[in-house]
Amino acid sequence: MSILVDKSTRVVVQGITGREGAFHAARCKEYGTTVVGGVTPGKGGTTHDGFPVWNTVVEAAAQEGANCSLIFVPPSAAADAIMEAAATGIPVIVCITEGVPATDMVRVREFLASTGSRLIGPNCPGVITPGQAKVGIMPGHIHREGPVGVVSRSGTLTYEVVHQLTGRAIGQSTCVGIGGDPVAGTSFVDALRLFNDDPETRAVMLIGEIGGTAEEEAAAFVKAHMQKPVIGHVAGMTAPPGRRMGHAGAIIAGGKGTAAEKVKAMETAGMHVCRSPAEMGAVVERVLRAC
Amino acid sequence: MKIHEYQAKAILGEGGVPVPAGEVADTPAAARAVAERLGGRVVVKAQVHAGGRGKAGGIKIADDPGGAEAAARAILGMRLKTPQTPPEGIEVRKVLVEEASSVARELYLSVTLDRARASHVVMASEAGGMEIEEVAVRHPEKIIREWAHPALGLQDFQARRVAFGLGLAGEQFKQGIGLIRNLFRLYLAKDCSLAEINPLVVTTDGRVLALDAKLNFDDNALYRHADVAALRDIHEEDPLDVEASKFNLNYIKLTGNVGCMVNGAGLAMATMDIIKLAGGEPANFLDVGGGASAEQIENAFRILSSDPSVKAVFINIFGGILRCDRLAEGMIAAVKKLGLRLPVVVRMEGTNVELGKKMLAESGLSLVTAEDMADGARKAVALARRVQSS
Ligand SMILES: Nc1ncnc2c1ncn2[C@@H]1O[C@H](COP(=O)(O)OP(=O)(O)OP(=O)(O)O)[C@@H](O)[C@H]1O
Ligand SMILES: [Mg+2]
Repeated sequence: MSILVDKSTRVVVQGITGREGAFHAARCKEYGTTVVGGVTPGKGGTTHDGFPVWNTVVEAAAQEGANCSLIFVPPSAAADAIMEAAATGIPVIVCITEGVPATDMVRVREFLASTGSRLIGPNCPGVITPGQAKVGIMPGHIHREGPVGVVSRSGTLTYEVVHQLTGRAIGQSTCVGIGGDPVAGTSFVDALRLFNDDPETRAVMLIGEIGGTAEEEAAAFVKAHMQKPVIGHVAGMTAPPGRRMGHAGAIIAGGKGTAAEKVKAMETAGMHVCRSPAEMGAVVERVLRAC
Repeated sequence: MKIHEYQAKAILGEGGVPVPAGEVADTPAAARAVAERLGGRVVVKAQVHAGGRGKAGGIKIADDPGGAEAAARAILGMRLKTPQTPPEGIEVRKVLVEEASSVARELYLSVTLDRARASHVVMASEAGGMEIEEVAVRHPEKIIREWAHPALGLQDFQARRVAFGLGLAGEQFKQGIGLIRNLFRLYLAKDCSLAEINPLVVTTDGRVLALDAKLNFDDNALYRHADVAALRDIHEEDPLDVEASKFNLNYIKLTGNVGCMVNGAGLAMATMDIIKLAGGEPANFLDVGGGASAEQIENAFRILSSDPSVKAVFINIFGGILRCDRLAEGMIAAVKKLGLRLPVVVRMEGTNVELGKKMLAESGLSLVTAEDMADGARKAVALARRVQSS
């Protein structure tokens, strides 16, 4: 098993006729993901790089049984695209788009609450279940099938830990990038809950960063519910307060959201904290051996 | 994005949040003229993107136009140092001259995003003038919070609860609920990330007024607010940060001597951290982004190495969409153009890494290669130390 995406995943790419959408639809397909086609309003009935294009997500779902959407539309259209997928009943929606206004995401979250859809992102690398499905922009070849679940607010730092794991012959069950924005569809807690229920995941690597309280909430969940070891890392120990560190959500505001607070919460909750980003793979290996 | 108090007050005034009458001035003579127009006592306030101005000498009361001119002369051109500015302070280029209010009560009111609840929250407190973070620590029970419905917004009963909580009554209660509703509306309409009034005051003649105003905006929403984007004051930003923003690079100048260039915000933060763990100090945060072009790499390298405190550079790239060969191409072009004044350590991994390494090796540039992040950080820190002490 795995979480969120697997062999049965059928992906529709919203924004498939854009540069990014077209490029990554092809990369996902190359990896072995079933990409049924894409949606670009106004270009329905055409094909793009061999993929059929529809006007609406409804058509993709009805004709090809799409059960997952991968979104590459510009930031101004992202909220609408997410809501279209959710209104269609697509169970897993992955939004890669960076730069979505926070007020849009507040409304989107409210919209999603009345549907059965789960949103991953925005501003994230997506989700990959090695050997089964890649729904995102991560380099597929660095991954390997195995027992470690990975969840992270950062894209490249996820690639870094995956590289360290694979280099030690430790594979991953599923890697989920939840994104770097202040309001996201899926939280650390949501991802931990899924990994907790996935029999194939034996341990989870959680990569947080400065800003907000998602890591503290994750630590509380680990303490109360997690039945598998969770290894934590927090990026931004050296980040100055009041500055946005690349991600819209990575900011120490009013003295809150520091790496030190988050590390402390993780340690208090009994998580294995890895302070050096170069040693994440080694710590996971040690923890796996002990359990 | 941050704006000045005088700009924020103009937006509040238009949006139905009462503010004292006043105008901005950039010379002592202009300040005098504003004071003449206003008549009576005025307050002269330094316009910088930081609070804590009062204690730092950036706010002065003047009884007449001559006093306003003298106050402006003292404040304009000074480097204002407050706990919220960089250690070297910020040069004051403008002052706000406004009518002095006679204050009966100082309150606190703000709207911001509650990330954990994914909704907007109105916060208020009777302990005005004090930083809200301090109130939260010392008197958490004194903070009133009302979370707005994510789709339907703030309801009238919520505005009433805030106004009652602030101890407003009678005529002030009426003014207060209007002000709270208008502040919330404006916060949403302008895509603010923070709208803070500290202090919100009740004057001795019974008016409810915003004596200070701080509006921060969601950078991601600036595309739909050209009027707000036009209020950016680049004098308040580090010149290298401004230069980097022209090329869509995420750059933040810091105080150490190991420059770094990374793709991705998380890895860029981790790279700063590992420099610190290796015993050094990062000179900057620099995320060239997932899809950087060779030209962006070149500009990033130029900006990074133009910081005189940088003594060595650590390039840490995990090729995903940004392929290692493209990085190598940009690096080679940059070094050919700018020369190699500093030791550069390169760590590359991911897509097309073999090709990228080959290109760098064949370029004849004397770059130091690193096995992994930790190795790269150690080497860069050691080299920076050597250059610094020579
Ligand atoms: N127009 C005014 N009339 C009377 N008093 C004023 C006026 N503007 C400011 N003040 C006084 O000066 C104080 C500080 O002003 P303000 O809050 O605008 O600046 P600040 O940078 O936040 O300063 P600090 O952090 O020192 O309070 C206010 O709390 C208020 O008492
Ligand atoms: Mg103030």
